[in-house]
Amino acid sequence: MEKKKKIEIRDLSVLYGGEEALRHVNLDILEREIMSVIGPANSGKTSLLRTLNRLNDRVSNAKVRGEILIDGQSVYKKILPDVLRRRMGMIFALPIPLPLSIYDNIAYGPRVHGIHQKSVLDRKVEESLQEAFLWDEVKDRLNLPAMKLSGGQQQRLCIARALAVEPEIILYDEPCSGLDPLSTAKVEETMVRLKSRYTQILVTNNTKQAARVGERTAFFLMGELVEVDATDKIFTVPTDKRTEDYVSGRFG
Amino acid sequence: MIRISAKWTERIAFFFLLVSTLIIIIPVILITVMIIQKGLPAMNLEFLTESPRLGMRAGGIFPAILGTVYLVLGTMVFALPIGILAAIYLSEYARDNWLTRAIDLAIVNLAGVPSVVYGLFGLGLFVIFLNFGTSILAGSLTLAIMSLPVIITASREALGTVPQSFREVSLALGATRWQTIRRVVLPNALPGIMTGTVLALSRAAGETAPILFTVAAFYLPKLPQSVFDQCMALPYHLYVIATQVPKIKPHVQYGTALVLIVMVLVMNLSAILIRAHFRKKKHW
Ligand SMILES: Nc1ncnc2c1ncn2[C@@H]1O[C@H](COP(=O)(O)OP(=O)(O)O)[C@@H](O)[C@H]1O
Ligand SMILES: [Mg+2]
Repeated sequence: MEKKKKIEIRDLSVLYGGEEALRHVNLDILEREIMSVIGPANSGKTSLLRTLNRLNDRVSNAKVRGEILIDGQSVYKKILPDVLRRRMGMIFALPIPLPLSIYDNIAYGPRVHGIHQKSVLDRKVEESLQEAFLWDEVKDRLNLPAMKLSGGQQQRLCIARALAVEPEIILYDEPCSGLDPLSTAKVEETMVRLKSRYTQILVTNNTKQAARVGERTAFFLMGELVEVDATDKIFTVPTDKRTEDYVSGRFG
Repeated sequence: MIRISAKWTERIAFFFLLVSTLIIIIPVILITVMIIQKGLPAMNLEFLTESPRLGMRAGGIFPAILGTVYLVLGTMVFALPIGILAAIYLSEYARDNWLTRAIDLAIVNLAGVPSVVYGLFGLGLFVIFLNFGTSILAGSLTLAIMSLPVIITASREALGTVPQSFREVSLALGATRWQTIRRVVLPNALPGIMTGTVLALSRAAGETAPILFTVAAFYLPKLPQSVFDQCMALPYHLYVIATQVPKIKPHVQYGTALVLIVMVLVMNLSAILIRAHFRKKKHW
């Protein structure tokens, strides 16, 4: 069955003070797929995510050309940044719990969006932690400062926190770069299990992770989208020589 | 040429560093000891709770204490909200352009303007032009203007210590900029802001020049009734009894100085305690 297009990136270029970090990128992300994005450092992967959710609006010298559509709606022309970001959760490279309790971290988003009723918040916190497979590990100590959790637990807390605002899309920017293999496995498992409900984009510097998790994989190099295809194709019979060199570990 | 061994250069360096440090703290200790020694005999309930009598030679300094409290409170009321809001604007909203940089530069320079200049400014603007007269209102506003650069600078520093990643996390969850500031940035910057503010206020409490033309009275038979009244204040009262009142007993002067120092010390100490308290609780 043909899946619907969730995000359409049309001729997207991103510039920092005249330096191009992304050049004429065209890429569609399908509804409820996991798109792995791989490529060496500085190839523009982070810029892509931060352009999608407009966090780069904060960077004063950043310029965006081209068009991004979500469900056919222009991200830069038709959607307010805070509304957009509510639909599009983001997980950063290092887990960043706010200096609050576990509970308050998860409840942060819903509270910002006007939910204050204790019973509703309680339910949201439990549901989100369940969804991120963290509930059993923390249900008895929800008032513990979130910073006291292990790195892997913190990262799943961040996923739960993003889920609590009910996004449609989740962006991950090298979410396991600071985690040990066991925690990495748990985070990956979480992503796979979330597949049935969310569109996910996973930027990773770990090609094995891209292969394990993503249905399709996009390879970026120096600001260009070199190739995008089904993950097994990218890792076995890529069309482009550069992709082959990268996935076989010859550089990067 | 005599060559000195590394061990001896180390010792000599240590010696001079120690001596320099002692030279700095000895006067402080001497002044403190002297003021306590000479001022303590003046301390009693009458001194702290009654008005001066016999041309300030007897009685207490209550009106001056009260006046200084009023002025500190007044300064806080005006300087705190404006200072924090300006700091938030400059740190969180303003784009980095020439105007912002010019404002920044102006604030840094304003912090270095001598306090007597603020006094003259207050006289011109608040007392005369705005017609507040010499009054608690005019004095508080003058002290507030003087404290603003310090409060803004301290607040901006405190805002700067909140990691950018906290802001991005909040924004990424769909919070607006203001929600992010109110719920994440301010709570984490507040200890620093409070510390800086209390230090600025304690400096305002001890200033003479800014209140000289704007509020301070030589002697008032009555306590102030409204913000449009003049008041007495500790630093100015000290100046008056130290220079304008012949044949006054020194313990009155030193007693007044002691009260002023204790007030300022208590404020500084509370700033230090606030900082220490929150530093322990913070974990990032
Ligand atoms: N805020 C910024 N200001 C200037 N240049 C930037 C900024 N962020 C990223 N860049 C540049 O853009 C390019 C792509 O960076 P990035 O998107 O972080 O790549 P990746 O995530 O693939 O490592 C790099 O050359 C980087 O130096
Ligand atoms: Mg990156």
